[in-house]
Amino acid sequence: MHNLSHHLRDAPISAWIGIIIVVFYAVLAIGAPLLAPFAESASVGKQYHPWTAPHYLGTDALGRDVLSRLIYGARNTVGIALVTTALAFLLGATFGLLAATIGGWFDAIISRVVDVMMAIPPLIFALLILTITGTSVIALILVIAVLDSTRVFRLSRAVAQGILTMDYIEVARMRGEGMFWLIRKEVLPNAAAPLIAEFGLRFCFVFLFISALSFLGLGIQPPTADWGGMVRESAKLISFANFATFQTATFGLAPLLPAGAIALLTIGVNLIVDWVLHMSSGLKE
Amino acid sequence: MTDLLLEMKDIRIEGRSDRQWKPIIKGVDLTLNRGEILGLIGESGAGKSTLGLAAMGYTKGGCRISGGSIRFDGQDLVGASDEALRRLRGARVAYVAQSAAAAFNPAYKLIDQYCEAPVKHGVMSRDEAQSDAVELYRKIRLPNPEGIGFRYPHQVSGGQLQRAMTAMAMACRPDLIIFDEPTTALDVTTQIEVLSAIRDIVREYNTAAIYITHDLAVVAQMADKIKVLLRGEEVEEAPAREMLSNPKQDYTKSLWAVRDFRRAPPAARQADEGPLLEIQNMSAGYGAVDILKGINLNIARGSTVAIVGESGSGKSTMARVVMGLLPPSSGTLRYDGSPLPKSGKERPRDLQRHIQMIHQMADTALNPKHRIKDVIGRPLEFFLGLKGRAKDARIKELLTLIELDPDEFFYRIPSELSGGQKQRVCIARALAAEPDFIICDEVTSALDQLVAEGILRLLDRLQREMDLTYMFITHDIATVRSIADEVVVMQNGVIVEQGPKDAMFSPPHVPYTELLLSSVPEMDPNWLTQLLKERGDAATQEPQQ
Repeated sequence: MHNLSHHLRDAPISAWIGIIIVVFYAVLAIGAPLLAPFAESASVGKQYHPWTAPHYLGTDALGRDVLSRLIYGARNTVGIALVTTALAFLLGATFGLLAATIGGWFDAIISRVVDVMMAIPPLIFALLILTITGTSVIALILVIAVLDSTRVFRLSRAVAQGILTMDYIEVARMRGEGMFWLIRKEVLPNAAAPLIAEFGLRFCFVFLFISALSFLGLGIQPPTADWGGMVRESAKLISFANFATFQTATFGLAPLLPAGAIALLTIGVNLIVDWVLHMSSGLKE
Repeated sequence: MTDLLLEMKDIRIEGRSDRQWKPIIKGVDLTLNRGEILGLIGESGAGKSTLGLAAMGYTKGGCRISGGSIRFDGQDLVGASDEALRRLRGARVAYVAQSAAAAFNPAYKLIDQYCEAPVKHGVMSRDEAQSDAVELYRKIRLPNPEGIGFRYPHQVSGGQLQRAMTAMAMACRPDLIIFDEPTTALDVTTQIEVLSAIRDIVREYNTAAIYITHDLAVVAQMADKIKVLLRGEEVEEAPAREMLSNPKQDYTKSLWAVRDFRRAPPAARQADEGPLLEIQNMSAGYGAVDILKGINLNIARGSTVAIVGESGSGKSTMARVVMGLLPPSSGTLRYDGSPLPKSGKERPRDLQRHIQMIHQMADTALNPKHRIKDVIGRPLEFFLGLKGRAKDARIKELLTLIELDPDEFFYRIPSELSGGQKQRVCIARALAAEPDFIICDEVTSALDQLVAEGILRLLDRLQREMDLTYMFITHDIATVRSIADEVVVMQNGVIVEQGPKDAMFSPPHVPYTELLLSSVPEMDPNWLTQLLKERGDAATQEPQQ
């Protein structure tokens, strides 16, 4: 803990901006019912209300409050992305470390399975499976987690292989340590930094992937608010945008709101990831 | 001969770390005349290389010259423009790096890299440079001087590469060459060839040189005068012979004394004890090729057996076989009278506890994320079942035993330790298992002489106190002289000679041992000249016999 506060004190401004953005989103996601002025999916006004009180960011085609849906969208999109990434890491890192440590036939089989899965473009693969399984949230999480775990597997296997050539691993093997100890105490602490950095990156990819699937209609299903779906619903409004007055111009801005929310979070997470990567690379300056 | 070439006055160099400038060189004066060779010695971190590079007006990244003046042949280098420095470097001052293998560009042939500097500086045309290269390759005694330039760096041996690099430095006939530990990475037998080649060519062209090394015996052969550095400050400087015979400062004396450490012979033992480790007709290797062939070796309880040989002779493979990391392809191993299972996995835990190993590189042998208490505590927990307060108490005992302050080091991580301290922690980790037999794989070769001597003394003391048996793998004959009872000489995976130390160090020897022993540099400044003369005589006599 002392170590963490020490690192935070030395963090560059870019990292602080990233941290502030991520904390802001986290507060929105956790406190959505308290912060949102209206309910998530209730029609609360006339459709396409301009940006005036009480609908500060207007309403959508069904008269739902856009601000409230953005806030609830943070909870849905970010929450699902987080669970998915965590699951992808649990799967990928476990098998990656096991494959590197055990080696031999185990490594060969798992690696070939992963190769086959990576050979198929992930978006097409996901669309295929989601068409079969239907688009429940559980199916969405499982499919994306498994697809993304292949990338995590590759990374953790490569990192672990580098660590396993070190003399301290040989010392532990000579002592007769079991595999579980080797992975948990000798390999994992040294692999943590690159894996954490990858977690941040992977989170962004999963997040964008879900948004893309929602945009295609196979992601999070309405009426649940989610940013990818909101971009799709409001995309056609761009053609009605009239920049003569501010009120009419807001139609053009409507699809940019959820898209901007996605972009800002991606940038925030990446700023933190850059900082973690920099620390893990061991550079002092 | 006496005109001044290089003059550094009160030179100060700083390096940047943790966001502040820290001094590396703290005001050193240095003068060098034409044709003179200055030996620069000190421990690692003393600032030898930094000072050497400053003679070219160059500092490594993250460093700066913060004070003093450097005058090279009347030209001030501290304030000089990049353009002026560029004209100087390579043409009038050249640099020979420690690792030639890393300093050559692997994508170009040697001769292309040779011609680069003279052509760029407009000294010669490409054709002239090429024929000049052949001439210099011949002078520096490279085999096949006409053809060797057309090879790539990976196609020639380390010693040849180092000589090719020296030839390259001579290409523009510079006034000054800086040699940065050119023979440190080489075997003793190769070192001789490179040393004599460098010395002859530098004398022939009357080139001045700064010779950086931590090996006193090497500097004794090369230098006209010697400067000793300690933590960025000059300890003393004197003509080579005077410095070697009569050092004035305590630090210099301690450097000189390192080589005098001799271990007292072990106490006499009862004769009826069998050997602790017996290796019978053992062969081992990776894949189908055997690296070790028909090894027979007995190691007596309480003794230190030194395994000596060049790199690639199979010393470390032998350690891996004994540790059970590499099952031998044939032959038997017996430990304390009973057979030793070939694979470590088949050995009972108590047997694994008895045999411990200390690695060469303490840096990679310690997990960077483990605290010292965990490093030493794990074997205690694993082999002896110690927990909680009993474990902590034992860790502190072990730290005291290896002469580290328990309160200070208990919670540290390896990166907060010096090289010698790390190696001590590795020793403590091995001792924690309460072993009888310890394999020391080049434990001192990555350390400075003073630090290495401390480790050797510690190992010797521990052996007496705990009745340990050592298998001591090394390529350093000086280490063998200090610590061994028995010596085993290996070449190409075969034992060529073995016996008690005194017998091994007195003639007659088998030819390979003779070569190995006579190649170890001695402090006598005439040693290299004498040795080459003797070998030359032997070579000319042979045809007559």
